[in-house]
Amino acid sequence: MYYSRLKLASVLGVCLLGLLLCLPNGMRKPFPSIPWRQIHLGLDLRGGSYLLMQVDLKSLTHDRLQTLAENTRDTLLKSQLGYQNINVDADKNTVSFQPRDAAEADTDVATLDKLPRVVPNEFSVKKQDDGTIALVLSADAIKARAREAVTQSIEIVRRRIDGTGAVDPEITRQGDDRIVVELPGISDPERIKALLGTTAKMTFRLVDSNPLHATYPPPGVSLVPMANPAEGGPLPVFDHVDVDGTDLTNAGAVIDQQTGEWAVSFSFDSVGTRAFSSVTQTNVGKRFAIVLDNKVIEAPVIRTPITGGNGQITGGFDAQKATDLALMLRAGALPAPLSVVEQRSIGPSLGADSIRAGILSLGVGFLLVVVFMVLFYGRFGWYADIALLANLVLMVAILSLFEATLTLPGMAGMLLTLGMAVDANILINERIREEVARGRTPLAAMQTGFERATSTIVDSNATAFLAHVMLFVFGTGPVRGFALTITIGIATTLFTTLLLSRMLMARWYARPRPASLPV
Amino acid sequence: MFGRPLLRFVRKDTQINFMRGRYMGLIVSAVLSIASIILFFHPGLTLGLDFRGGIVVEAKTSGPADFAKLRSALAAQHISHASLQAFGAPDDVLIRLDAGDDQNTDAVVDTVRRAVTEAQPGTTILRADAVGASVSAELFRNGMLALGLSLAMILVYIWFRFEWEFALSAVITLVLDLTKTMGFLVITGFEFDLVMVAAILTILGYSTNDKVVVYDRVRENLRKYRTMPLIDLINLSINETLNRTLGTSSTVFLAALPLALWGGATLSGFAWTMLFGIVVGTSSSIFIAAPLLLFMGEGRLKRGAKAGPAPAQQKS
Repeated sequence: MYYSRLKLASVLGVCLLGLLLCLPNGMRKPFPSIPWRQIHLGLDLRGGSYLLMQVDLKSLTHDRLQTLAENTRDTLLKSQLGYQNINVDADKNTVSFQPRDAAEADTDVATLDKLPRVVPNEFSVKKQDDGTIALVLSADAIKARAREAVTQSIEIVRRRIDGTGAVDPEITRQGDDRIVVELPGISDPERIKALLGTTAKMTFRLVDSNPLHATYPPPGVSLVPMANPAEGGPLPVFDHVDVDGTDLTNAGAVIDQQTGEWAVSFSFDSVGTRAFSSVTQTNVGKRFAIVLDNKVIEAPVIRTPITGGNGQITGGFDAQKATDLALMLRAGALPAPLSVVEQRSIGPSLGADSIRAGILSLGVGFLLVVVFMVLFYGRFGWYADIALLANLVLMVAILSLFEATLTLPGMAGMLLTLGMAVDANILINERIREEVARGRTPLAAMQTGFERATSTIVDSNATAFLAHVMLFVFGTGPVRGFALTITIGIATTLFTTLLLSRMLMARWYARPRPASLPV
Repeated sequence: MFGRPLLRFVRKDTQINFMRGRYMGLIVSAVLSIASIILFFHPGLTLGLDFRGGIVVEAKTSGPADFAKLRSALAAQHISHASLQAFGAPDDVLIRLDAGDDQNTDAVVDTVRRAVTEAQPGTTILRADAVGASVSAELFRNGMLALGLSLAMILVYIWFRFEWEFALSAVITLVLDLTKTMGFLVITGFEFDLVMVAAILTILGYSTNDKVVVYDRVRENLRKYRTMPLIDLINLSINETLNRTLGTSSTVFLAALPLALWGGATLSGFAWTMLFGIVVGTSSSIFIAAPLLLFMGEGRLKRGAKAGPAPAQQKS
């Protein structure tokens, strides 16, 4: 029953600190140098879009297998070893082929084992029972590559979104192969989705001029469709990449001086410049295809060698398309395609309505509980109400400190916490009443009431705590906000009821030393 | 206003014989729960977007919504199986579409958005959500996992703090509460989604809390009155805690009520379910959990200090 001054001061101090921490939510930062943490409004309250994007890891493995198959072909040719039926099996993660002669199999294995590996033990080379030789990608290598690809994708997604001028975008990894993109204020994410849905892998490859190959492409040549089908059928393009889009240093949307059309100008780094000038020098008169995501944007004829390292793409763009392509080329290519698996967009008017509804409910609910407590518990009811107010302040303070995101279900969680928070006070008060009814003195009644009620309060809050921790761990999106506010609410409830309201009751008793309690 | 309380629920010497109605309580509960289970399988829950997958677009049209025009605009985009529905004001339209096999729900949602704004210029899109089939299956799995694990952890916690008779009757009661809540969702047609899982978990937490308080008192009285028949002892415990039980359910009820009335489309279903759960959870503590404890604990529950080994008992 006795609380030392120090204890009293520290409890009040925590409450005041809470009040101080709430301030940033209601006012502007007065001085630039002080920490200023506040609650963020969730997308459901401020309007905006939430995109859950999946990284297509299968295509990543497939790309690597393709490269491996190409390297195998080149290496065997260079070593003058024969082969048949190079085959990529994406399900088994293997590249396999039939050696020309079974006697050469061991030499094949030894030669291919020297192929460069991106990571240690990336693949193994084995003779198989059916006489074929297989290069098998290891599971660890696939996993490592996937992890790297997601990290890389996040960086590129960030660069692309930053290029659009979006305000406060949040880009985070979720699980092994997903990326969450949150865009406050953008309720129609179509343009951003178009930007993120394009891998923007650009390559410069020579066109096979043999007319026969336009219908039956030999190994090493593929038919690639035109980006604009009106410009004709697929072109036979060599698989060999002469210059890669990764060698670009800059790109921008410009208006072509001669035609007046929108175009994308680009410049290469030193590696790209050297490669570009050597290809254009030796292939004058041939067509050079600019391939973007396996579609030919254009395939101009090389008239003169281009040695300056600059170029321009004209693909019948409008202003938006030219700007977006330039942005994607600057930001870099995504290692694998991204697809949207979940999208939620909320318009600003609905968000404003939700804030109003939430604040109204919170206010009315708080008032109803306050009035109830006074009617049913008198003076001690007032103390419970003071503790309730402190509870609300502390909840907002902790949420601000964490810079947590407040969602509509989060507001519901706050409201329910307030309803549950007085339970502890009710338990204490009812217990004191019983003890008084049994004929105990006021002091003894209060003491026993506090003691007996404490174990019940801890028990009941512990179960609620467990349930909401589960919800926080397994929930997603707004539901996590709900679970978070309730979990924080349980902690603040224990503090305000077990310390603050008890202290208020004890302090009151210490002054007038009443003969009977107001219960 | 500063002095003594003006109101209270029951007088301090109240002695209602709740246990007289123990069979009645269990029978009514069993009937309601069986009916709920039947409803659960037929017609079944209305799954929300989170768990069903597909798209939902909520639009506010300029002027009253012209459904025929909107429908033909969607049909022109080869979207024929969408359901259009008015809600609230005449200019509020809700468009839903199931995920089916279509992987590109996000592209469909953009098409719908465009078709609607073109059909009735000046329309504002309030909300446009798309959830792919694989994600919805995952969300459902996680939701159920959270629900199951919470129940299990509550069971373990009560087991640790009380004897097993308490834990078992509490969890049986919770399961009965849960089935009735499902029945409530089927009858009202509220959508079962992640927010609803949160509501159900809160109800479970609240209901457990209520049972813990009554059981706490039973345990205390078991030590105090060694010879009192268990049926009278449970009656006494319920009566002693009755003011608290009614008080706390009232405050939680009062807190959730404004949410049900003004919480908007997202939260009103959640809040009504909460209100239902508070009523069910409070009554089940008295009429289900207590009789179950009586049946399971008769002649078995330990009495008095000589047989009280649990360290937790010294605390209370």
